[in-house]
Amino acid sequence: MTTPAPSAGCESNALPVLRERGQREVFCGLTGIVWLHRKIQDAFFLVVGSRTCAHLIQSAAGVMVFAEPRFGTAIMEEKDLAGLADANEELDRVVDRLLARRPDIKLLFLVGSCPSEVIKLDLSRAAQRLSTKHMPQVRVLNYSGSGIETTFTQGEDACLAALVPEAPEADDRTSPSLLVVGALPDIVEDQFHRLFAELGIAHVDFFPPRRAGNIPAIGPNTRMLVAQPFLGDTARAIEARGAKRLGALFPFGAEGTTAWLKAAADAWGVSELDFRRVVAPHRERAKRALARSRETLAGRSIFFFPDSQLEPPLARFLSEELGMRALEIGTPYLNRDLLEAEMKRLPEGARLSEGQDVEKQLDRCRAERPDLVVCGLGLANPLEAEGMTTKWSIELVFSPVHGFDQAGDLAALFARPFARRAALKV
Amino acid sequence: MQLTVWTYEGPPHVGAMRVATAMKGLHYVLHAPQGDTYADLLFTMIERRNARPPVTYTTFQARDLGGDTAQLFKSAAAEAYERFKPEAMIVGASCTAELIQDDPSGLARALNLPIPVIPLDLPSYQKKENWGAAETFYQIVRTLAPKRDTAHTPGARKRCNILGPTALGFRHRDDLAEIRRLLARLGIEVNVVAPLGASPADIARMPDADFNVVLYPEIADVAARWLERTHGQKFTRVIPIGENATREFIEEVAALAGIDATAVLSDPDSRLPWWSRSVDSNYLTGKRVFIFGDATHAIAAARVAAEELGFEVVGLGTYAREFAREVRTAAEKLGLTALVTDDYLEVEAAIAALQPELVLGTQMERHIAKRLGIGCAVISAPAHVQDYPARFSPQMGFEGANVLFDTWVHPLVMGLEEHLLAMFRDDFEFNDAAGASHLAAHQTAPPIPQAPTASEILWSKEAEAELTKIPFFVRGKARRNAERFAAEQGLATIQIETLYDAKSHFAR
Repeated sequence: MTTPAPSAGCESNALPVLRERGQREVFCGLTGIVWLHRKIQDAFFLVVGSRTCAHLIQSAAGVMVFAEPRFGTAIMEEKDLAGLADANEELDRVVDRLLARRPDIKLLFLVGSCPSEVIKLDLSRAAQRLSTKHMPQVRVLNYSGSGIETTFTQGEDACLAALVPEAPEADDRTSPSLLVVGALPDIVEDQFHRLFAELGIAHVDFFPPRRAGNIPAIGPNTRMLVAQPFLGDTARAIEARGAKRLGALFPFGAEGTTAWLKAAADAWGVSELDFRRVVAPHRERAKRALARSRETLAGRSIFFFPDSQLEPPLARFLSEELGMRALEIGTPYLNRDLLEAEMKRLPEGARLSEGQDVEKQLDRCRAERPDLVVCGLGLANPLEAEGMTTKWSIELVFSPVHGFDQAGDLAALFARPFARRAALKV
Repeated sequence: MQLTVWTYEGPPHVGAMRVATAMKGLHYVLHAPQGDTYADLLFTMIERRNARPPVTYTTFQARDLGGDTAQLFKSAAAEAYERFKPEAMIVGASCTAELIQDDPSGLARALNLPIPVIPLDLPSYQKKENWGAAETFYQIVRTLAPKRDTAHTPGARKRCNILGPTALGFRHRDDLAEIRRLLARLGIEVNVVAPLGASPADIARMPDADFNVVLYPEIADVAARWLERTHGQKFTRVIPIGENATREFIEEVAALAGIDATAVLSDPDSRLPWWSRSVDSNYLTGKRVFIFGDATHAIAAARVAAEELGFEVVGLGTYAREFAREVRTAAEKLGLTALVTDDYLEVEAAIAALQPELVLGTQMERHIAKRLGIGCAVISAPAHVQDYPARFSPQMGFEGANVLFDTWVHPLVMGLEEHLLAMFRDDFEFNDAAGASHLAAHQTAPPIPQAPTASEILWSKEAEAELTKIPFFVRGKARRNAERFAAEQGLATIQIETLYDAKSHFAR
């Protein structure tokens, strides 16, 4: 596990990046199924993998509602490894059984895993074969959520990228439409819908859709706002369909949300005056909601372990709007295209790190004793036991955090560990 | 390929982690792709452990597959040794690493580390978590406690090892404390407890004991048999869950140690027998119970349910195929056919078909039972965070029997309330669907619109007065029952006697 020296100066307008390789304490892309299967209400996610894959998803989803979920695992056994022909037959049998049990399913994702990738089980051919068999009732698509190819939120990217070819072709003579990309909580979608309407942007679609049959059309008149920093492949696939991406900060906090909306407003030629008139009350409300957490967070130092790729925009939000001091901003992967605007706003003095050697990162963290550590579930309790205050990062992808009306909630997620420390007298 | 919604057991390397995490001074180097580190959270979150499991993962990615993953393993193992300085190391592969065939065992040997390095061969596509734990424990014991030239000479005080407790075990911490207490009362010294809390040096001392106490055969049976063959240590077969089994366990231990257990047996601190004989427990008689879990806990639960609580066991099963024979035998004794499956959907179908009044199972069965509106208590792993309680809550020993009585009876509808339910079974706010009143978590059923009262029927003054003596929460129902009864019987006026006739009529 060699650790190259920090490659300083490779970013022309931002912080140097520390790149490390070693043990990565991160989830694989299969974990995204835990929220994706709730977002697309008639889709089913079938992981083709091992018992480890099944165990991972249920452990990550362990706190979730336990109704029969719209995901499952086709666990490969010894005989599936022996011959791929048999594995394909077995997969067909499993899919038949599944679809017979769940006639409500309209879209089935075959999700590749580490073992299916390593034995080179061709899931795209399997998806074609099964689609032919089960159309028009069920469409079958595939993507890989394997740990050898994806880290945590990259699973959503791979899933959405696989969905892009299913989008109908938009007529290029129609007026421009706005496409918001990224799985957002329904309530957040509804809030954005209202804001865009107030701004005079009438035709707004969200991707992924809530139902498989409602995939929005994409074409040269599509203008895309990406809502999550980890959707690089999806954004590129949509751009390849002729759509234009509106670069902006991500909609975290009052500033991020304003800038994100402004990118759309500019594309629609909304006047500065109109934009302010519409946005100001919401922005003010967001700022008011931040005030209380700011009292707790201002001046405190924060250290991010890599997790969801949300780390750079969150560090920008926490430093600019809440006065926190970022020591290290760790991210599993730095998506430079999508983060272009964010990179310019990253706090000075922070260490930006991409990839991970968890042991070395823990050494740095212990040496710096940050006031707050943002990390995964495997590290949180051990660090708490060492006397550090932690915020589990998984909550950041499992809660509504985008937009004006969630800015206060997002800040409160970081303030709560301090409030708890202060409250406890044991 | 097996279609799985939820799995009862993780892969075998998670079993190895349970052993490694339980021990001290042991480090596990696991060849595994990025993402397999999720297993850490089982220990840090579900069991609330305050330290990371002692596991180094190579976390290889696609780009490494083209290069040298073997080198990645070697550097990970070398760095783990340097950083953690363990007394011994176990090395192995997870499911994906098994496919790339890097031979962690040979690679680790090539490093010439100055500590014992124990290779694990855990076939991920055939075996599961408990098997992996058992195999790991066996390999550790076999490597670190080899055959001795000189036979062990028993001391004046008899000594035993306690085998089986691991990290993430169901109530292992508390069972161990309870069994230690019991052995202390018997005057037996505990030599080594393993894996929980044992260091490699402790494992090496295991042959110093006179016999072994096996608490969880799923984990310790293979190692115990090897210790018997190699070091001549006999081991206990009775699992001390429940009053009767605890007594038999004490007798078995006393026989192995050559001591007299009469004093301990005559003064047990178990309350279960009296709690069960107490008249208020009459209502437990014949309650239909479905039991599913690992083999040890399922078999023990069936015995306790039938013999010590007077339940009727209507279903018994396990996900532990390695112990299917034992569970089948236990089921046959109860006139049942055991359900041996690791398919959650099959278990759900069995419970739905049997409609028991109580389910004793794992966290999976808890969710099945919740969906079906049946009371449930968890008796076995896999369990969730709420099954790792802060309080002392063993399953084993006399205190364990007390705990079983409390936790199994609690989800049931209590005796007198049950009578009222039978009498006023259609009451809109007090019925079977609303669940037991002492269980706050139960949802109240939506109110059923009331039929208009039959206004032409008159109430005598006396009957009206009698009606007010009935508790308010059932008064409305009594009034309606009486009126319905009167209408059916063609009575114009309700007298006191009509009220009691109605009560008798509807109390069927």
